[in-house]
Amino acid sequence: MLHRLTFIPSRLLQAVPVVFGVTLIVFFMAHLLPGDPAQAILGDKATPDAVSALRTQMGLDKPIWAQYFLFLAHLAQGDLGMSFTYQRPVTEIVLQAIPVTMSLVVFALTLTLVISIPLAAIAATAPDKPRDFAVRTFTLIGQGMPQFWVGIMLILLLAVRARIFPVGGFGETILDHVYYLFLPALTLAISLSPTAIRSLRTSTISVLGSDYVSTARSKGASGVPLFRQHVLRNAAIPTVSVIGVHLGYLVGGSIVIEKVFAIPGLGSLMLDAIYARDFPTIQAVTLFVGIFVTFVGILTDVIYTLMDPRVNLAAKGRA
Amino acid sequence: MSTPTGILAEYRAQRAVSKPASRTIKPWYQNMPLVAGAIVVGVLVLIAVLAPVIAPYDPIAQNLQETLQSPSSEHWLGTDKFGRDVFSRLIWGARVDLRVGFIAVIIPFTFGTIIGGLAGYFGGWFDIIVMRIVDVFFAFPFFVMIIALVFIFGAGESSIYLAIAIVSWVAYAKIVRGEVIVAKEQDYVVGAQLGGMSHMRILFRHIGPNVLSQAIIYAMSDIVMDIMAIVALGYLGLGIAPPVAEWGSMILEGQEFITTHWMQATVPGLIVVVTSLGVSWLGDGLSDLLNPDRRK
Repeated sequence: MLHRLTFIPSRLLQAVPVVFGVTLIVFFMAHLLPGDPAQAILGDKATPDAVSALRTQMGLDKPIWAQYFLFLAHLAQGDLGMSFTYQRPVTEIVLQAIPVTMSLVVFALTLTLVISIPLAAIAATAPDKPRDFAVRTFTLIGQGMPQFWVGIMLILLLAVRARIFPVGGFGETILDHVYYLFLPALTLAISLSPTAIRSLRTSTISVLGSDYVSTARSKGASGVPLFRQHVLRNAAIPTVSVIGVHLGYLVGGSIVIEKVFAIPGLGSLMLDAIYARDFPTIQAVTLFVGIFVTFVGILTDVIYTLMDPRVNLAAKGRA
Repeated sequence: MSTPTGILAEYRAQRAVSKPASRTIKPWYQNMPLVAGAIVVGVLVLIAVLAPVIAPYDPIAQNLQETLQSPSSEHWLGTDKFGRDVFSRLIWGARVDLRVGFIAVIIPFTFGTIIGGLAGYFGGWFDIIVMRIVDVFFAFPFFVMIIALVFIFGAGESSIYLAIAIVSWVAYAKIVRGEVIVAKEQDYVVGAQLGGMSHMRILFRHIGPNVLSQAIIYAMSDIVMDIMAIVALGYLGLGIAPPVAEWGSMILEGQEFITTHWMQATVPGLIVVVTSLGVSWLGDGLSDLLNPDRRK
């Protein structure tokens, strides 16, 4: 099994240009702002001294490539500037928000699997029958629902009317966090599960028609054990890559959802920064998310390879 | 709701496991998703076009004597906190959300298709550079990038078009490139090349029509995604500026009164669901129509 992981270094190497591209885009964000970047970053109320200090720090008097290397040099030291709403280094604030958003994303992913696996099984074991049709209708409607609106509807039904869950917030203890994050995680899961269900359903139908499942059936396997031991792992392989690329989408979705549920994660941080025109914070969140998604891509490839011994490693390296 | 990368991965996953289907082609009127989608989208477009005629009230006229009314025969869906008729705002909202959704796909569709076509056909260093750029853009989640770009360009409709164009072209480029790479090995292309036709003529006149269907089908999911983005931006207060009636900002305003007037946040969301459903059906139907042998 271990020798199968030898492709990881080359896959990591492939990510290097992408990460550089990500830093390049985030760097150029400052130059897309209208007017002088230093003035735009500091806002209209900044003193001329502060603006000229930032101009020197960013190297705005130097050529653009020198400015980029200066940006990279600061980045290597974890220095992405000061947030002027909090008057603290941006890196510090972002690092505080990451665990909150990550817990939300992991929770949402778990709920997505809890929803998707049974529904896909229900649909795939009776293709084109009423229950398959019902699941497919759910996926179609689920994809058309604006995420934040699903959140508001859950608040309306389960927090305002039924009073089972809080309308928002994050709580103090770990148990609190699980309780407070349930509705937002469910919201994200409802919007991600249609994609997961569709992928799982298609691959389960094809696995159920394969020879080795017929063999297993002829040896007396049936029901849940058959599904768990023979079908699920093989059917799940394409879904792993589908979910992998959607993790980025979960992070993007959490931005809006954190606003709906008042959760103090990266999303609230970014939106508050946008309302306050706090550019260094926006830049830092965008950079973190870009790099995070790149590494999730690598992780997805690793899991994919571990699950499917047939994956052609050489081809994967080139892809 | 989905992402460009997600749709691509799903598309590939489905293609990997789907079996060759029968090649019988149904007439278009027996294509249920196509008919249903065309009806839903047609009705919505009609509502948007006829908004000034259908809407019983001016969508932005405030009436502070009649704020937050419950549904009645005069105001079918009640009034909002400024006394504006919610039903009329919903109808006028169709104009904004549908217009922006459909217009926003034009630039990324055109640009992405041309770039992807050139990269796939000519390959080489141009292809390598384009694909690395595509990889970088795919690293940013759709919403994060859209929100950051709308912030940079400033709120407003033209910023939304620009932001969506910058983020979405990569998906078209990737799809069309893949299709062109397959198509350029086909006999009809090799034949055209041996016949001495120019590369541009082969690419645009011969390969183009054959690979465009995938981009058109993807454009339908893209329209849904763009409508979601506009509605979300409206909800976050970063979209079309008030007092213009727009579904996302209506949900935001309705959320304030969720405990007393639940319909105000609920109904605009339902309209978005119906719109997305209609466009998705249209996409499924087109996919049946354009690639009869690719569906399972």
